[in-house]
Amino acid sequence: MKALRAATPTLVSLVAALAFGVVLLLLAGAPPFEALWLLVQGSFGSASKVSATLLAWSPLLLASAGLVVTFAAGLWNIGVEGQIIVGAIAASWVARSFPGPVWVILPATILAGAIGGLIWALLAGALKTYGGVHEIFGGLGLDFVAAGMVVYLVLGPWKRTGVASTSGTDIFREEAWMPGLDALGTGWPVIPVALGLASVLIVWLLLRGTRFGLRLKAVGRNPRSSFLLGIPTNRYVLGAFAIGGALAGIAGTVQATAFHHKLVPSISGGYGFLGILVVLLASFSAAWIAPIALFFVAISVGSTQLDLRLGLDSAFGGVLQGVIVLFVMIGGAWSARRSPVSPAARGEP
Amino acid sequence: MALEIRDIHKHFGSVRASDGVTFVVEDGSLHGILGENGAGKSTLMKILSGFYEADSGVVDLDGEVLDLRSPADAIQAGIGMLHQDPLVFLPFTVLDNFVLGSPGPVRLDRSSARAELERVGSELGFRLDPERLARDLTVGERQQLEITRLMSLGAKVLIFDEPTTGISATQRIQLFSTLHNLAEDGLIVLFVSHKLEEIEQLCDSVTVIRQGKVVFEASMPVPSEVLVEKMFGKIFVDEGREPAPLGAPVLELSQVTLEEGTTRVEDLSLDCTAGEVIGLAGLEGSGQRTLLRACAGLLKPTSGHLSVDGKNLDNASYRDHLAAGIHYLPAGRLEEGLVEGISIAEHLVLTSDDTSFFIDWDAADEAAQQEIDDYSINGRPSSPAEVLSGGNQQRLLLAMIPDEVRLLLLEHPTRGLDVGSAAYVWQRLLERRSDGTSIVFASADLDELLRYSDRIVVFFAGAVFAVRSAVDTDGEELGYLIGGKERA
Repeated sequence: MKALRAATPTLVSLVAALAFGVVLLLLAGAPPFEALWLLVQGSFGSASKVSATLLAWSPLLLASAGLVVTFAAGLWNIGVEGQIIVGAIAASWVARSFPGPVWVILPATILAGAIGGLIWALLAGALKTYGGVHEIFGGLGLDFVAAGMVVYLVLGPWKRTGVASTSGTDIFREEAWMPGLDALGTGWPVIPVALGLASVLIVWLLLRGTRFGLRLKAVGRNPRSSFLLGIPTNRYVLGAFAIGGALAGIAGTVQATAFHHKLVPSISGGYGFLGILVVLLASFSAAWIAPIALFFVAISVGSTQLDLRLGLDSAFGGVLQGVIVLFVMIGGAWSARRSPVSPAARGEP
Repeated sequence: MALEIRDIHKHFGSVRASDGVTFVVEDGSLHGILGENGAGKSTLMKILSGFYEADSGVVDLDGEVLDLRSPADAIQAGIGMLHQDPLVFLPFTVLDNFVLGSPGPVRLDRSSARAELERVGSELGFRLDPERLARDLTVGERQQLEITRLMSLGAKVLIFDEPTTGISATQRIQLFSTLHNLAEDGLIVLFVSHKLEEIEQLCDSVTVIRQGKVVFEASMPVPSEVLVEKMFGKIFVDEGREPAPLGAPVLELSQVTLEEGTTRVEDLSLDCTAGEVIGLAGLEGSGQRTLLRACAGLLKPTSGHLSVDGKNLDNASYRDHLAAGIHYLPAGRLEEGLVEGISIAEHLVLTSDDTSFFIDWDAADEAAQQEIDDYSINGRPSSPAEVLSGGNQQRLLLAMIPDEVRLLLLEHPTRGLDVGSAAYVWQRLLERRSDGTSIVFASADLDELLRYSDRIVVFFAGAVFAVRSAVDTDGEELGYLIGGKERA
């Protein structure tokens, strides 16, 4: 009940954002309700579309779950994009380099992705705790480095047989693909969805029921008090980065081995930044991530239909996502001004 | 010309920082505003200089009612303020600092500004190199820069808020002669201080403020004891304290030197035995907090030795100090003690000895309810810290103190609490003392110092000015000592 009451301003803002989207569509000369219906059709209209939406949902869930942990520790983990990319690079390296059956390669790629993301996140963490570099700047810098690395690999050492192309590396051999459930006909992304939902559940449990989670929250909300209470704050900051990075790295594995089946320059799919929006909308709580992330990927996946059927650019999906976040933020600020409780008490970093 | 302040009210929450302040200052006078920490001096000066808007009341200069909504309004009206830390932009040159904040066209005319700086500066008898970086100036020179700037903006009233903090003795003499000159030129100079001696030396007239009200106005000289009494009020202490049971020394400081910002505590030696309560008196920033932070392990002594229970802690980390049985309770309850957004039960879980990975919330709520009953906290296990009143926050902090503590360090343990809560806090603290815990606490409340301490250590300007046994002293003497004077 409490969660529902907390979500009320969010729901009001969502309705307002959709109304604003309708106005935008009218201005663009498109029939608004048909367009919104196409969004639904494009994401849930057929089994294969549902499957595509679920496959996109998984990395967003993983990245968002990781971000809930870093936000709980009071960190703006802008480096999440880079962590997804490095995770994908590590998974691709395993997929390309090691022979072996699915049941060996699958856990190996997941582990490699987690380690890759973890290392990249710990770099941002070490820059913060030991170098005094704010995590936003450290993370942003590391994002650019990771983006450069993936382009270098795709065009250089790991270039396609024949001629190098920004369309990506060679397709991995099939044993290195994250297997789908072919019995259902369309290769349902059971493993990615399971990974995504498990990450949300684990993060929820971690923050709700464990001493580690409680201390992490305390460090995030008041590092000064936490330190004086005897909590080793740096260790908890690094721990949050490690968990967030590992989950982002697994999102990278999903992108490389379940979606593209190769390494491409845009391997992150923007799910890191989108994840930040999801977590902002979820008021930094794991409980609301799953539905909000599903809503977001539905807009992303569905908006391709707008292009095909109405001649609207599919970027409209991104515009709608952005508008929703802005409306929810405005709604949040509005309800905050009327409530006497401080920002920290609302669960914001 | 006169500055007239009529019935100024300003409150923050339930605190009445200015409670109907009225007084008049004639031109050409050097007027002292005297009061202890928290008396409401700064609030009043910030209202005059436009930083705060008063809830009600009138400021009148030359018979004209001023509308002060921002510092810019105040400067326009001719009221300039020198803050305790001069508002100087350190990476800028003297000239740029001088130009900054002055009205004028978009384009900077540095050469005429330089001429103005030199003209006003030489009138005041200052020698300021326009090209020097403010960073390289002493605090005294930064003040001169500020005075020059405010004068060139046409200030008719200059407010100096504790201007002698952090400047040398020679700079102080120079500052005082400048203030005299300014007053002779017909300006109104308001000199805000809690240092008796400076007010006595410098001012023609004085207003004493206590608890947001004007309690005394007079032309100088006024006998010191009158000023002390007006500043602190009459102090009554009830008798019948049991003397401290002498135990083994717990805290031992020998020739410790501490440096923190502008505060420097030199060559301090002090022992505290088991079950002893030592009160640290002095004006804010005189070294008490620095000492507490050093004992807590948050500040390394630059020289000297610090040990607890015979264990040397010179190079120990904060967590080592915790392990040695030292517990520090800073003044900022929500800033440095509790965590906003975290409940009473969660706070108690954070400080419990239990280290299991998963938390049994039912058991935690039950344990929290127990502590809530024990410490009479007005709240529920799920109440977040910030909704508790100050007294209840302090009770929660007391409940969070581990059982096995050897040395308790407290900063203003009852600040902002009502009488009942304050008495309760001390009742619990004294229970600890009878278990052999040593207590060192800093307080601005003379009554509290006299009532609960065995010994009182008075700090003045970063040094231990005097140590008194609580039974051998009284509030009047403490008032003198805190102001840096021996009783006449």
